[in-house]
Amino acid sequence: MSSALQAEAGQIDVDAIVIGAGGAGLWAALELAREGIPTAVLTKLYPTRSHTGAAQGGVCAALGNVEEDHWEWHMFDTIKGGDYLTDQDAAEVLAREAIPAVIELERMGLPFNRTPDGKIDQRRFGGHTRNYGEGPVRRSCYAADRTGHMILQTLYQQCIKAGVKFYDEYHVVDLLFEGGSADQGGRCSGVVGYKIADGSLHVLRAKAVLLATGGYGRAWRVTSNAHSLAGDGMALAWRHGVPLMDMEFYQFHPTGIVGIGILLSEAARGEGGYLLNGEGKRFMETYAPKLMELAPRDMISRAMYQEIRAGRGIDGKDYVYLDVRHLGRKVIEEKLPDITDFARVYQGVEPISEPVPVQPTAHYAMGGVPTNLETEVLANAAGGVVPGLFAAGEVACVSVHGANRLGTNSLVDLLVFGKRAGKRMAEICKSTTAPKHVAGAERAIREEMLALSTRPEGVRPAEIRRALADVMMENVGVYRDETLLTSAVKEIQRLKGEYQHVRVEDTGSVFNTDLLEARELGYLLDVSEATAVSALARKESRGAHSREDYPERDDAKFLAHTMVWRGADQAPATKLDYKPVTITKFEPKPRVY
Amino acid sequence: MDVELKIQRFDPERDSAPHWETYRVPVEPMDRVLDVLTRAKELLDGSITFRRSCAHGVCGSDALLINGRNRLACKVRVEQLGKSISVAPLPGLPVVKDLVVDMDEFFGKYRSVLPFLVADEPEGAGERLQSQEQRDVYDDTTKCILCAACTSSCPSFWAQPEYVGPAAIVNAHRFIFDSRDQGADERLEILSNEDGVWRCRTTFNCVDACPRGINITKAILEVSSAIGSRG
Ligand SMILES: Cc1cc2nc3c(=O)[nH]c(=O)nc-3n(C[C@H](O)[C@H](O)[C@H](O)COP(=O)(O)OP(=O)(O)OC[C@H]3O[C@@H](n4cnc5c(N)ncnc54)[C@H](O)[C@@H]3O)c2cc1C
Ligand code: SF4
Ligand code: FES
Repeated sequence: MSSALQAEAGQIDVDAIVIGAGGAGLWAALELAREGIPTAVLTKLYPTRSHTGAAQGGVCAALGNVEEDHWEWHMFDTIKGGDYLTDQDAAEVLAREAIPAVIELERMGLPFNRTPDGKIDQRRFGGHTRNYGEGPVRRSCYAADRTGHMILQTLYQQCIKAGVKFYDEYHVVDLLFEGGSADQGGRCSGVVGYKIADGSLHVLRAKAVLLATGGYGRAWRVTSNAHSLAGDGMALAWRHGVPLMDMEFYQFHPTGIVGIGILLSEAARGEGGYLLNGEGKRFMETYAPKLMELAPRDMISRAMYQEIRAGRGIDGKDYVYLDVRHLGRKVIEEKLPDITDFARVYQGVEPISEPVPVQPTAHYAMGGVPTNLETEVLANAAGGVVPGLFAAGEVACVSVHGANRLGTNSLVDLLVFGKRAGKRMAEICKSTTAPKHVAGAERAIREEMLALSTRPEGVRPAEIRRALADVMMENVGVYRDETLLTSAVKEIQRLKGEYQHVRVEDTGSVFNTDLLEARELGYLLDVSEATAVSALARKESRGAHSREDYPERDDAKFLAHTMVWRGADQAPATKLDYKPVTITKFEPKPRVY
Repeated sequence: MDVELKIQRFDPERDSAPHWETYRVPVEPMDRVLDVLTRAKELLDGSITFRRSCAHGVCGSDALLINGRNRLACKVRVEQLGKSISVAPLPGLPVVKDLVVDMDEFFGKYRSVLPFLVADEPEGAGERLQSQEQRDVYDDTTKCILCAACTSSCPSFWAQPEYVGPAAIVNAHRFIFDSRDQGADERLEILSNEDGVWRCRTTFNCVDACPRGINITKAILEVSSAIGSRG
């Protein structure tokens, strides 16, 4: 069978391509539509299924609707939260442009919660402070605890209104380049899409291609991320000579449901929830006396591990309690309805009357495909760009989040840089010529997919996926050291070898999820390798990257972004480089809260 | 513990009609049906086909007919069902393969009710004001994740596939009752045609099916009476 793969590929010419229809992709598409640029949005999920819809807590902007606030404070918090690895020019763009972006969302119809005088309401969120760290500030704009859902819906609605052309359930399997790969100065000239409904390949050519494919939390066993988050965009770019940046910085969110990782938003702590250890004590007193439960996530996740290691988990086990009982039924049900539902459905716990068991869960990639402030993808540490290729959202690394992202800043990132991507791509589309038609551009990927789908025997993808998730969890988690990381790099290399013999059972053309999951496993192996290799090379502790053998931050050696390139064919990744951090307003200081 | 998992299977490249297959699958007590389907696919038969993504009831990918009721596979736990679980695609929608249905018509109906804010005001103005009370009027219908559990549980829809269906009405309601919106007339016009709200027979199947707990029947009645009071 697999006949559809062998059929002649469809040919589509557009000016711009957006891969992914989460918050970043949708806003870019909207901007392109406003500029009248013929655009194709390809998404492997229906747009409203994108993971942006899972974001609960809110989106920060210094509107100052409920108390004094300034974008400079937001900028500072973002930089300090990122443990000074944040590029400060990027943080400035983020904090300034968050304000008009949130207002624009309101004007697009987003149903924000309101203050008594009818303005967008704002609440507290981890790491967001007034006057450069004095205490928590109300900066997070929200729609109950489904802010991401409302952002995704609102942007999709506006795209429908603007007549954006969607290719729903098209899985992008390759990027096309002309004039060589990215590291040879080549230009990105399009993509190959695989239509899930019938298994056919489609070549789409364009002057500008945006990666907006989200993160890769599925590399870890306990994760808040959707099944679909496999690092597709990062891996596809990496395979064509694009470096990946700051991959060692992966955030573990402190409050995941024990065992399965489903997220209980920081909103629970923003509204006043406590974290309690086995002795019933608010242990954050010891670690962050000023911000307590609203300290940044990396610090809280480490604090939880310390408590658990010291035997102060609940009943000595590997979790602590999130306690919201004192907030009362009204606040819990009105402001935290989804979270309450999750605890009830997935744990059988009633948050109104019981504390909820939680443990850290793999959550967010600070690293990704490097870009400049215009979202153009970088080819090297000197800042040269890859013509035609753009990235925005979680797949990208601008870098606004540095070594640790603050809560709500991802949604801000999507809005601000999604919009910038659309604008910049429109400019590029107006000033460049279309790429040339090349016969058989899809040949390489066709052969790769055929080989994968017709191998008569071999290893099941699930086995490799499980082994990968285990090694990432045990060795590349909250705490790391030389021994753990060295063995992780080795194990990932071994799994990549096994992957060469992976076998797909479903040989059909129609809706072959077996084949696509095997593809996704390939992406996960690539991004996991980039993560482990970068982590091994960074001999310091900063933000979410915590080395027990190098517990201090080392600005003399490591105030720089890691860039890592993929090895040729199956060879391990060994080429690394470091890109200096941009510092404009705030000199690096020790990070205390 | 093991459960008996019955899946309605259909491969358009091999089968002329759907049929049932039964699998014995090991489970943990807190497992969700989605975990069981995933395990069956991983351990027993890689060709078992279903959609899923978020795995916690917020993306709307995995609405299925589970033990005779439409619900999200990631939101129903095995212990709520007992030792025998049957899973079939959503009723009334064309089956693509196994548990996957064709959603194009469903999304087409959604798009037909102008599911976006209509408000022609000058660009560049600041935020609009809306009181919390004005917002509360349409809060419930903003929760929809377009999973299709409601529409595909509706006898009026089974009998009359042209019926726009509860999900589309829910999404129209979300804007009709938003104080900032000016497109209500046009939407009410669309919904007052023969395949609009009047096909609702208030059987409440939709309300039972909705994983977001939306009071769909109430929303439909509010839309109907808005049409009525328009004269
Ligand atoms: C549970 C949870 C709660 C969160 N809460 C918050 C919060 O409160 N505040 C905050 O700021 N951040 C939050 N985050 C983080 C934030 O939601 C994400 O970082 C962000 O939504 C990512 O958006 P995106 O547009 O980059 O990608 P996504 O929304 O993940 O979308 C990715 C898109 O790419 C498509 N895609 C992927 N691969 C391919 C391919 N190969 N071919 C075609 N299409 C493809 C998918 O179909 C999808 O449309 C949360 C994250 C999680 C997991
Ligand atoms: S109203 Fe409820 S059941 Fe219907 S599509 Fe929306 S979420 Fe699903
Ligand atoms: S997988 Fe997202 S709703 Fe079930």
